[in-house]
Amino acid sequence: MKNKVAITGNEAVAQAMKQINPDVVAAYPITPQTEVVQIFSSFVSNGQVDTEFVTVESEHSAMSAAIGASAAGARAMTATSSQGLALMFEMVYIASSLRLPIVFPVVNRALSGPINIHCDHSDAMGVKDAGVIQLFSENAQEAYDNMIQAVRIAEHPDVLLPVSVNFDGFITSHALDVLEVLDDETVKNFVGQYQPEEYLLDAQNPVSMGNFDMYDFYFEHKRQQVAAMEAAKKVIEEVGKEYEAISGRKYGLVDAYRLDDAEMAVVVLNSAAGSAKGVVDELREKGLKVGVLKPRVFRPFPFEAVQDALKKVKAVAVLDRAETFSTLGGPMFADVRTALYDLKNDIKVINYVYGLGGRDLRLEDVEKVFDDLANIVKSGRADKFVNYLGLRE
Amino acid sequence: MATLKELAKVEERFVGGHRLCAGCGHGISVRMVLNAAEDANVVVGCATGCLEVASTIYPYTAWNCSFIHSAFENAGATISGVEAAYKSLKKQGKIDKDFKFVAFGGDGGTYDIGFQSLSGAMERGHNIVYVCLDNEAYMNTGIQRSSATPMGADTTTSPAGKVVPGKQQPRKDLTAIMAAHNIPYAAQTAISNWQDVHRKAKKAFDVEGPAFINILSPCPRGWRYNTPDIVELVKKAVETRFWPMYEVENGKWKLNYKPKKYVPIEEFLKPQGRFRHLFAPGNEHVIKAIQKEVDERWLALLERCGETPELPPK
Ligand SMILES: Cc1ncc(C[n+]2csc(CCOP(=O)(O)OP(=O)(O)O)c2C)c(N)n1
Ligand code: SF4
Ligand SMILES: [Mg+2]
Repeated sequence: MKNKVAITGNEAVAQAMKQINPDVVAAYPITPQTEVVQIFSSFVSNGQVDTEFVTVESEHSAMSAAIGASAAGARAMTATSSQGLALMFEMVYIASSLRLPIVFPVVNRALSGPINIHCDHSDAMGVKDAGVIQLFSENAQEAYDNMIQAVRIAEHPDVLLPVSVNFDGFITSHALDVLEVLDDETVKNFVGQYQPEEYLLDAQNPVSMGNFDMYDFYFEHKRQQVAAMEAAKKVIEEVGKEYEAISGRKYGLVDAYRLDDAEMAVVVLNSAAGSAKGVVDELREKGLKVGVLKPRVFRPFPFEAVQDALKKVKAVAVLDRAETFSTLGGPMFADVRTALYDLKNDIKVINYVYGLGGRDLRLEDVEKVFDDLANIVKSGRADKFVNYLGLRE
Repeated sequence: MATLKELAKVEERFVGGHRLCAGCGHGISVRMVLNAAEDANVVVGCATGCLEVASTIYPYTAWNCSFIHSAFENAGATISGVEAAYKSLKKQGKIDKDFKFVAFGGDGGTYDIGFQSLSGAMERGHNIVYVCLDNEAYMNTGIQRSSATPMGADTTTSPAGKVVPGKQQPRKDLTAIMAAHNIPYAAQTAISNWQDVHRKAKKAFDVEGPAFINILSPCPRGWRYNTPDIVELVKKAVETRFWPMYEVENGKWKLNYKPKKYVPIEEFLKPQGRFRHLFAPGNEHVIKAIQKEVDERWLALLERCGETPELPPK
């Protein structure tokens, strides 16, 4: 049974957590994630979940406690944003290397400094190389759906990695949206029980976790994490298919929007993809062959899916809501450009950094990007790779 | 109280093959503490430091029970998570066995970088035991000072130099700070008295809620004494009142041992290379300052424990 409800992104994610009913949640409040923690606390207080809620004194401890709980054999979660994720940074690597399937929403917010509470993706991009699977969500519906799928992805025996579910702070977390939620029983059956192979609370089979590796093992262990990331791509697709069967909504590695015959495309994560799709619809009316590629999965990077979706376009603009300070543009730009390089068909790939610290991406900004792409297609030349959108210079 | 013979029958949870230096206090402390858990199922948490690095070199482990290390500053939080998992799974009937939880951290991982995580774990009231293996410096990274390092000690970041004679500040009083968390049980003990360690560890395992034990755990490398003299040296720490043995149970302070006579601090300092420079002419004032600190703390402790104050001889 499906239910249409009008709720915010944070409420949707808290709802998903309630339906997943994890054994342990350890979390610390931070804007714009705070509501998730508050709402979930009320589920605990009212006996609507079986969860032990650990009200830690910091996000570093939140991930540490989630690690302890997950290692002990529990289904464990946390949730955070921005500085909280930055403070967790060390532990995200460790959660991954311990191969613990911890699921955690990340309500994307700009990193200090200067301190800012609004949306960008600098928090998520800070842990992109930590060995965590990163799902991105265009709206509250996707955030909800991703949460439920994340459990299955994380706990799949071929994967066993932490999964973060990203959605845009305020834009998605606080805006009211109409979405479909599944009934409790359907979610319960879909996520099933967590059955770890080795865990601390197995009295018959004690285990040591978090050992010290020398150069004789460390490298192999890292390679195994890469193999798990690789395996995750297939698992994400399989879980997406199963989820479609219960929800009617399709989920893959990327969302290719009107790209089949497109000559120009923008690549963009999360809520901005919604705006870009709107602009694409308008431009299509005018006869322009344009489309949007929205990676749903950023880590592992869906290299082949990106190639496949973009192989026929002539010019691509990658929109990054984060800086790298490398002077080579945003983090996604590097990955998309790398993916397209070997196609050897001279696709022009340029970058726009946009929306830092919560600055709006206006429809005319996206139109300008397509204008620029049209000029590049016409002239066959792209002179400026790194651009800033909606910025006073 | 069990006899030594009986204790020897408890299965070892920390076994041979680890790479702690010969005579390291940590191995002794850990075995004594875990022995008091008797036949319970135990999960050990551990902060980064000598103990962890020396006992879990992959693919080996010196732990005969479940063990988890995740990082340096979070043994308190990590074991909290394990305990929360236990509570949750037990409540839901997903596991049936009982468990006890203990985390070990060095003084660096406890007094300093792990202080916040420990404080949080204690405040939340998890049913865990936290044991600080206090060797008074960051030994694993090469003997740097910590807030547990005694005044005057020569460490690699408080080197005894021409102008500065070692560490300038007195020790942080962590055991008292833990007692101030109003946890059911906080205690300080030393390996020179196995009965005291055993009794306190047992009590810590038995109380409902968080317990903290601070155990003086000498490091022959960092302290530079004759390795086989470890027990003698710890006795001196206790006899000089440098390391009093006491416990705070449900807010009630109790002194567990009162030295018969006044032993000057030099007796503890002298055998250790880290204090050698203090005995050079010109550094007498440092020893005086250390003695003053020890005397003042002892007096304050006596008062807290409701004992008659003793004044040091003039
Ligand atoms: C965040 C972090 N900072 C620094 C270190 C380096 N480090 C590892 S062990 C250690 C010192 C350990 O000292 P202590 O806790 O007293 O334990 P000991 O080795 O003396 O038993 C340090 C500084 C680390 N592993 N992690
Ligand atoms: S350096 Fe000190 S603390 Fe570390 S193993 Fe050796 S004796 Fe023990
Ligand atoms: Mg130490």
